[in-house]
Amino acid sequence: MKSILSRLYADGSRPAQALSWLHRNFFDGWHNVLLAALGLWLLAATLPGLWRWLVTDSTVAPADFQACQAAGGACWAYLQAKWRLILFGTFPYDEQWRAGLSLLLFLAAVLLSCVPAVWAGNRRRWCMLVLWLCVLAAVVVLMSGGVLGLRRVESRLWAGLPLTMGLAVVGCFSAFGLAIVLALGRRSEMPLLRWASVAYIEFIRGVPLISLLFLATVLFPLLVPPNVDVDKLLRAQLAFVMFFAAYLAEAIRGGLQALPPGQVAAAHAIGLGYWRTHIHIVLPQALRLALPSMVNIFIAAFKDTSLVTIVAMMDLLGTANAAMADPKWLGLYIESYLFIAVIYFVFCAGMSWYARRLERRLAGGARLGMQGV
Amino acid sequence: MTRLWRRPGVRAGVWQALLAVLIGAAVWWLAGNVATNLPRLKMELRWGFLAETASFELGDNLVGYRAGDSFTKAFAAGLANTLQVSLVGIVLTAIVGTLVALLRLSGNLLMSRLAWLYVEFARNLPLLLQLLFWHTLLVRLLPPPRAAWQPLPGLVVSNRGATMAQLEWQSAFSWALFVFVASLLLAAVLRHRRAGTHVRAGGRFGWLWWLCLLPPLLTLWLFAVPLVIEQPVLRGFNLVGGVTLVPEFFALLFGLVFCHAGFAAESIRAGIQGVDRGQWDAARSLGLRWWPTMHSVVLPQALRIMVPPLTSNFLSLTKSSSLAVAIGYPDLLRVSTVAISETGRAVECVVIILLVYLSLSLFTSALMNWYNRRIALKGASGA
Amino acid sequence: MVTLRGVVKRYGALAVVDGVSLDVAAGERVVICGPSGSGKSTLVSCINGLVRHDEGCIVVDGIEVSHSAGTLPAVRARVGMVFQQFNLFPHLSALDNCALGPRTLRGLSRAQANALAMTHLERMHITEQAHKWPAQLSGGQQQRVAIARALCMQPALLLFDEPTSALDPEMIKEVLDVMIDLAQSGVTMIVVTHEMSFARHAANRVVYMEQGRIIEQGSPEQFFTRAADERTRAFLSRILTR
Repeated sequence: MKSILSRLYADGSRPAQALSWLHRNFFDGWHNVLLAALGLWLLAATLPGLWRWLVTDSTVAPADFQACQAAGGACWAYLQAKWRLILFGTFPYDEQWRAGLSLLLFLAAVLLSCVPAVWAGNRRRWCMLVLWLCVLAAVVVLMSGGVLGLRRVESRLWAGLPLTMGLAVVGCFSAFGLAIVLALGRRSEMPLLRWASVAYIEFIRGVPLISLLFLATVLFPLLVPPNVDVDKLLRAQLAFVMFFAAYLAEAIRGGLQALPPGQVAAAHAIGLGYWRTHIHIVLPQALRLALPSMVNIFIAAFKDTSLVTIVAMMDLLGTANAAMADPKWLGLYIESYLFIAVIYFVFCAGMSWYARRLERRLAGGARLGMQGV
Repeated sequence: MTRLWRRPGVRAGVWQALLAVLIGAAVWWLAGNVATNLPRLKMELRWGFLAETASFELGDNLVGYRAGDSFTKAFAAGLANTLQVSLVGIVLTAIVGTLVALLRLSGNLLMSRLAWLYVEFARNLPLLLQLLFWHTLLVRLLPPPRAAWQPLPGLVVSNRGATMAQLEWQSAFSWALFVFVASLLLAAVLRHRRAGTHVRAGGRFGWLWWLCLLPPLLTLWLFAVPLVIEQPVLRGFNLVGGVTLVPEFFALLFGLVFCHAGFAAESIRAGIQGVDRGQWDAARSLGLRWWPTMHSVVLPQALRIMVPPLTSNFLSLTKSSSLAVAIGYPDLLRVSTVAISETGRAVECVVIILLVYLSLSLFTSALMNWYNRRIALKGASGA
Repeated sequence: MVTLRGVVKRYGALAVVDGVSLDVAAGERVVICGPSGSGKSTLVSCINGLVRHDEGCIVVDGIEVSHSAGTLPAVRARVGMVFQQFNLFPHLSALDNCALGPRTLRGLSRAQANALAMTHLERMHITEQAHKWPAQLSGGQQQRVAIARALCMQPALLLFDEPTSALDPEMIKEVLDVMIDLAQSGVTMIVVTHEMSFARHAANRVVYMEQGRIIEQGSPEQFFTRAADERTRAFLSRILTR
């Protein structure tokens, strides 16, 4: 068989090249032929049905539930009616532009942070820090209102994608400082500090996030003085910060361990003490080495925010569930979940792609020596 | 004064003293708040509730809990359910993950692309979303008991779950199990003695494992017990008899496996690809075909790379099983929430959950560290 | 300027440095040589406290090197070190590598520190590379920047730990030339090296170490032509017939 084929495309012409490519990639050996057949059967079995459901039998607005049922396919009319509810949840309808604007500000800040040129040089780094603080302040003002003529919206009404984004971004941002302290503490020579860091990290990493959320919801009213009331959103946010800090600390510890020991020796030889060595030499390099892991933790954070649905907060998953419960459109769970799945997928896959690119660039850079990255 | 400050020992001592004072002050303040708040909110710690009777049902479980048993037994049932779904989930994840990894690595473009697509979906969607999807799908899809499916004799699948014929457990079976485990241990000791500490001594002692089946069968024959099988029977609108695995169990299982197998596949693939290409060349030049190479050369080395990330994956699966609370499967966390709503003992229950999960994690980490040390290449780190 | 008395350093049961006593006067250039594993790098790392010695006493410019008494910052302000692996900071340019110390420790302004760094880089003949990253420099250039970095702290003593061992043969000469220039300027130098050309041209004294002990020391002529000890002669015959 192989000799027939090799004679068939020995002449190097275009059809021969195509044949050879097909053979190499699909039909090389009997098990590959079997796999290819299996793959083709899978596609043939699912794709036509999928296309029919998604496009041919689907209904678009204006239509109602009965029309959707009759057609039997996807009910896009439902999404067209409900998309604002799913995206923004219980946020007052007229003020939803504020939620949308907050979302855009977050996205812009995150996208800007992904451009490496923005982090080159001390002045630009300070600018980025200030920018982030401004964005966070602006989002808080936009969402809660009460100033600048904006109507006040309580935090229990914040819902949907802005809530998801906010929990993840603020969580990771706040956890960062604590994570550095924990990572350095874990490698410290002072026994008390080391044990405290290890105990914290191992405790947090050993329990599920949902139990920490329960802990926060149940325990916080006990831990604060009697007249202080801790907002439900704040409790969840604190639980997230505690959780992410432990995982970020492990990522940073990986970066610290990957640093060549000669760097610290050189810094000590010049006479730099512990703090100066860490601030000028160790942390800049270690944080760069840990960057891909930290991005992965941020992606996981974005997905983990969906757990607040269980403690009765309306993040993106919660609003999708709520939209499904509307008696006028009963039980359209596939459309609801598909909508938010697309949102989660786009964001997470995008960040994964970015993390992989970062890793490739940093690995190449490490070989060449990190040219001012 | 500055001369004293320069001594690193003095500095370390001062920082640690400060840290101790800080932690001590924080604990004091928090304890004070808790002390004032407990009586105020009527939440004094009372661990005695564990002996009280619980009045909720948990379905069929390994511990045999029924409404009217103590809370301790309820928690035990929850823990048993968690372990049950975690262990089955881990085994399935390993299998599915390996298959997907091998598909990714196969030269076949179509299947490797399909496998890549699966991995991307599994890794970029939240686990809770996947769980809710599987749960809703199963609940909508499964027929009522009157129209149940019967794929195998003794197995009935309906929206009540998968009901299977149940074997009456008799003491003879416990004895047989005990004898089986004992003979396995004996065989392991014998093999270790004869074969030394080879990681892959395999073949020569295969017959020993088959021999271990003899003692338990002998025990059963000696006891001469009749086998009593309880078949599930449709009575009215419901199924009676047999043992039922609820649809929530399957939803949780499918969700966990679907999501975690994606991550596992990537770890396994990284492990296999992490083995130097030269190993393949050497094996091929010896004349070994694909499977013998995989089995004797690549996988043992790949295991060393794979074990740490896979351990954290499996640990994560065990912790993620706690999401059962969102779909109503009675795992440990859900039992705790029901207990909290019944007794109001929120703090105690949360503490129980945290301690149990923490012990599970520490135990698994210790186990994996031991395994890692055992399979580490001799002389790789030391010499 | 440097006094070592009975210095011992153990790793486990093995004494890597086994009772070394040495005196180095100000302005002297001392070369320490010996087979690998003889403890020469460890000894030199003990002098500026990078490695903590177990027994014995090291005094640098009147200050005793003691981890527990906290004298290390004072010692390190007077001692500079050049490493075998250069250990340049990869995220800083050559100029910033040199200016970091003076800026953070001596309180110089950015402009002053940069000017100081440029003077020393000029001395090493690499002013054109001042704004390049370490990854863009050759091995010889990186080592010269490392020497400039040590010089910017204006040390009284310079330690060299096998400065040319990681360099390709054609770059060894440029670094040696620079070291010979330095020697002529009167800086106290302790150099651990296999390159006997530096010993011949610029050293006052050559010390031979084996298994953690000083076997022999003397002036270069004495050392190369009339070595007293059998082991010294064996070592010399091994490295000089290359």
